[in-house]
Order: sequence, then structure tokens, then C-alpha cells
Amino acid sequence: MSFLIGEKMTGGYGGADILHDCTIAADQGEIAVIVGPNGAGKSTAMKAVFGMLNIHSGRVMLDGEDITALTPQARVAKGMAFVPQTSNVFPTMSVEENLEMGAFLRRDNIQETIDQVYELFPILGDKRRQNAGELSGGQRQQVAVGRALMTQPKVLMLDEPTAGVSPIVMDELFDRIIEVARTGISILMVEQNARQALDIADKGYVLVQGRNRYTDTGQALMNNPDVRKSFLGG
Amino acid sequence: MELLNALILMANFVLVPALAYGSQLALGALGVTLIYGILRFSNFAHGDTMAFGTMAVILFTWWFQSMGINLGPLPTALLALPFGIAICAGFVLATDKLVYKFYRQQRAAPVIYVIASVGVMFVLNGIVRFIIGPDDQAFADGERFIVRARSFKEWTGLEEGLTIKVSQGITVITAVLVVAALFWFLNRTRTGKSMRAFSDNEDLALLSGINPDKVVMVTWIIAAALATIAGTLYGLDKSFKPFTYFQLLLPIFAAAIVGGLGNPLGAIAGGYVIAFSEIMVTYAYKKFIGYMAPGDWSPDSLLQLLGTNYKFSVSFVILLLVLLLRPTGLFKGKSV
Repeated sequence: MSFLIGEKMTGGYGGADILHDCTIAADQGEIAVIVGPNGAGKSTAMKAVFGMLNIHSGRVMLDGEDITALTPQARVAKGMAFVPQTSNVFPTMSVEENLEMGAFLRRDNIQETIDQVYELFPILGDKRRQNAGELSGGQRQQVAVGRALMTQPKVLMLDEPTAGVSPIVMDELFDRIIEVARTGISILMVEQNARQALDIADKGYVLVQGRNRYTDTGQALMNNPDVRKSFLGG
Repeated sequence: MELLNALILMANFVLVPALAYGSQLALGALGVTLIYGILRFSNFAHGDTMAFGTMAVILFTWWFQSMGINLGPLPTALLALPFGIAICAGFVLATDKLVYKFYRQQRAAPVIYVIASVGVMFVLNGIVRFIIGPDDQAFADGERFIVRARSFKEWTGLEEGLTIKVSQGITVITAVLVVAALFWFLNRTRTGKSMRAFSDNEDLALLSGINPDKVVMVTWIIAAALATIAGTLYGLDKSFKPFTYFQLLLPIFAAAIVGGLGNPLGAIAGGYVIAFSEIMVTYAYKKFIGYMAPGDWSPDSLLQLLGTNYKFSVSFVILLLVLLLRPTGLFKGKSV
């Protein structure tokens, strides 16, 4: 059984169900990527795993523990971290203060973790006194990921981390995400740039209309002619 | 000599009063801007919160005076201030629990909060008048002047005198200390930073594990403290009358909006902008021009742009201009 698993989740934001029997899982040190066409319920699936919407059947398990009933805040305390797609930084606070706020729940010394984040994203170290709102889109995404890492999570969930950044920055962000995964953190990520994302993914989930359509390793999905034709543009 | 006289004249009638009045407005606007930034609504009850806090300070001052406790040359009200703040904070927290908490749980739209705060304003209005009455109340004691006009004239040999009241000196000094303490709190402490984070991005603050109840509580306490301090300083400088405090709501809001709602630095700048505009527009420049003009010529009219009765229109005009030309205020705040 996987370290993190959202199993047979069915639910939505209130009205009609968006997810139908959807299963998403990630193992330790593994990158799992959710791809699919617009409106497939990719972000919704991730939010369901994080407890931001109600699922009325199915369950979410973290490290063998059923966390389906927990609030997102309680899941943070359990070792999950979430980077929203938009407004994912505190714009009028400095980079360093953003990181401090990420570690708000921690009572121990956070300096070591801050240094680790600066090591991972050297540009943030240079700009530690600058307000996050004044940074470029790519740098802001780095702050957002850094903030999420401050709780020393076991699972990092990213909702379209490369939305609106240039291809060069995207490649660099993916490199950093691989580095994070190598430290043993599970990564669950929703991506629009399906091809590049599947390239680095250990596991890929192709969702269509809130259902699992294909589930395989990233490489296998890339080589699957059906997936290529329908979702990767040939 | 003429030039010096003219400068002293301006200092006496414009600079010193505007600095004091500006500091009072700045402290009031800081409370408004904090509530706007963190609780996300315009608190129309702020003027009457000031009146309530000041009333508590006055009652304590009278009690201390009756027991013969005083601060010598300083007004006894300073000693009563912490007690007034405590009462005001308690009252404001009770209002939050009884009124605003309900709307917070409903995730009500800001305009609903605003209307609720108008209701709180009327209730506060009534409570203050019921307890202390609608009339002017005197509670200033101690020394009255730091610099007296007559001794200043004797000392400098100038025709014009400079008066600095103790209340004005205390106002400016207190404002500087309070603002410094507030900024230290917001920028250096864990709780203060969590308040800024909550103001910046509420959802992300919740995700980071910041306790919203604590943020809301601390915000109310700080707003109550700022309101009580601002109200007491205003009362010492001018006089305490509940209706005047209700009227202060306009210049205070104008100050907060001019500076940029939600931006503490802006609130302070806005306070001085409003105070200086109000006083400079309603000041009669006849004597000043008399000094500056060559020879003995002096203008026939008072050279007053606007009668003091119309001073509130100054706030209105500035408010309109800012909203039309720069809705986010001088310092980048949230647009209204």
C-alpha cells in the first residue's frame, strides 16, 4: 500500500459530483503526476486528498492512517504540505518571513530548515529581505514551494507549479522538485504541461471527467499510443 | 524679523496644532486600517469606540482625582489610560463575540459587517451618552503649557508668541512611542507577523496553521488600545464630547483611505495629510501676508479659504480626489 493514497474518492464542491471513484497514490520519494484535459477534475482530486472538499465515499490514507475526516490544517500537522496554484505567498512579507510563516506550527529552531530552502533555491537566499510580491513569477513559485517545505513535510502537493512561468524556469522548477523527492518526500503534482511532467514522474494518473482513465509509470504513459494521441498531441 | 514673525505665526497656528491633530488622527486611522486589513471590513463604530474608551479613562481619572492621586505636571488621565484600555478592550471583545463572530462564521460579505458595525456604533453612542452624558467633560489637569506665548515673546523679543500645550507635547510623544511599539510588534514578533500574514492571504495563513481566533482577538485588543489612546489624547487637547468623536469618524476614515487601507504606514501619513489640509485651508492668512508683504500693507479680507465650520468638507474633498485618482491610496493599500 502506498504512503499516501486517496482511494475511490467520489465527491465535489456541493452540487454535482466531480470525482467518481478516483484513486490517486504516491509512495515515499516518488513523484506522482495528475494530468488530463481541462475540467477533468485534476485540481479537485488533489484538493480531495488534502481535505479541501467533501468526499462522500472513499477514503484518504497517510502512512497507514485514515485521515479522511481531518481538516486541511490537521493534515498539515500530520506532515502534508500544499502549494496552491494562485495566491500561494504572502505578498507584503519578505521571503524570509514567508518561510517563517510556513513553519508557524513548529516550536523548535527553524533556521536549519530555512538554510536548506536557501540551498535548494539559492535565489531566495539573495532576496531574503525582499517582499515576495515584488518577485518574478518563477521566484514566487520557489517561495511558495519553500514555504510549504518549512513544516518538513512527508508529502508535498503542488497544484500546477509551473502555471504562467517561462519554459526555462519550468525546467528548473522540475529539477528542484526532483531534488526534493530524492530527500524522501512524496510528491503529488497536478500539471498542465503533461509531457514534461510525465517525463519526471514515477507514476502518472490521466483523469478524464473525474475518473481514472490511465494509470501507469510516467514512462509507460509517454509511450502509450492512446495517451500520446489523446493527451500529448501525437 | 518680519520673516521670523511670519514663521512663528505659522508654527503657532498651523504647525503645532496640525502635528497634534494629525497624530490623533493617525492613531485613530491605524485602528481602522488594522481592522480593515485583518478583519476585512470598515468599522464605522471606531469613532464611538474612541468615545467609549475615553469615557472609561475619564471615569478613572475622576476617581483618581477624588483620591488625590495625580502625576504632578502631567495629566492624571495618563495614569488612567491603561485601565481605560482594559475596559475598552473588554467591551470590544464582547461586541466581537456577540455580533461579529456570527457573521464571521457565516462568512458574510464585507458590506454586511459594515452595516453591523453601524448598529454597534449606535448602541455605543447610546451607552456613552447614557453613562457620561452628551455634554462637554473636563478631565485635563496638571501643567497646561510647555511654552507660553508671553514668555516666548519676552525670551525672543519677537512680536509673535508661540504656544505649545502640554497636551500637544504629550500627543506627539505618545503617538511616536505607540507607533514605534506597534511596528515593532507587527514586524518582529511571531504574533505580529502572523497578523500580517493573515491580512495578506487568509487562506494561506490558515494552511500554515495560524490560529484565526487569536489573530482576531489580538487585532481587537490593539484596535481598542489605539482608539482609547487617540480618544484620550484628543480629549486632553480639545475636550471630550461624545458627538465630536462620532464626527471624527470622517477625517479618520479619510486618513486611512488616503494612506491606503490596510497599510499602517499609510494610515499615519494619511492622518497628517488630513490634519495639515484641514488646518491650512481653514486658517486666516491675513496676518501672515501682512508680515510677508513689503511695507505696512496688509490685506483687507481675512484671506481664509474656508470657514472652520466647513472643515469636514476638506476631508470629503480629499477623500473624493483619492478615490477618483488613486483608489489604492498614497501607499499601496487595498482598493475600496
